[in-house]
Amino acid sequence: MRLARELACRDIVELVTAYLEDGLSAADRERFEEHLVFCDGCDRYLEQMRLTITATNHVPVEDFPPELEQSLLEAFRGWRS
Amino acid sequence: MEQILSPEDARLVDGLRVGDEAAFAAVMREYGAGMLRVAQMYVSSRAVAEEVVQEAWLGVLKGIGRFEGRSSLKTWLFRIVANTAKTRGIREARSLPFSALGEGSPDEPAVDPDRFLGEGERFPGHWSAPPQSWAPEGKLLAQETLTVIEREIERLPPVQAAVITMRDVQGFSSEEVCNALDLSETNQRVLLHRARSRVRRALEEYLT
Repeated sequence: MRLARELACRDIVELVTAYLEDGLSAADRERFEEHLVFCDGCDRYLEQMRLTITATNHVPVEDFPPELEQSLLEAFRGWRS
Repeated sequence: MEQILSPEDARLVDGLRVGDEAAFAAVMREYGAGMLRVAQMYVSSRAVAEEVVQEAWLGVLKGIGRFEGRSSLKTWLFRIVANTAKTRGIREARSLPFSALGEGSPDEPAVDPDRFLGEGERFPGHWSAPPQSWAPEGKLLAQETLTVIEREIERLPPVQAAVITMRDVQGFSSEEVCNALDLSETNQRVLLHRARSRVRRALEEYLT
């Protein structure tokens, strides 16, 4: 991905994931980081995306429905025997 | 390109092969809910998704003897679920084309456009309503906040929900998600971006 011109905040918020996933070229990464130096809003936005990821990491893995687990277990027992 | 299974995976695979119920329970606890979420990407109802997981599980049992560990156990499991669900969706002609299954409109913005200055302004595209600081970190990880996130994930289009669940709740790498769901790197990133942006918006509403 090659970015054409100076980045506006509107562009930054769409590039945050690419930035965090290491998907920007070295030049674009630099451009992105330069913007953050003078823009408190985007700096905070990036921080909030990081907090969002951290919090989502703490969401417990959903429970698996017990009836479904039971029927899979039966299939497992049937297969073994 | 032989890959060696992690010790944990090797232990689970051996356990499944010999019919060890503890291995079964460990796999279900870890991946069961994620398997259901992936199944729901391709079929229209939760009930059908549960059938898909059952069918996929039979496929797992059939294939475990031949599983060679070229991918991790979880990638292999999720591929089987995804393929079973796709076949089921096509067979029942119930599923929409993958792209229509709620990736969202292509230009759905991460942030409400009203929060940026318009084209007539001196700095078009810059914040007019920048994000406000959030409540202290203690609250970020509180049970109620996590519930806000869970609810928002439930409301996402199924493909986005599957990607964010695998990446950020279950800790899959992007490569693992791409392999399991047959997504390109770029596509995976776009889906993850939309999902995370929506969750951030939900948190913003709750925490400011």
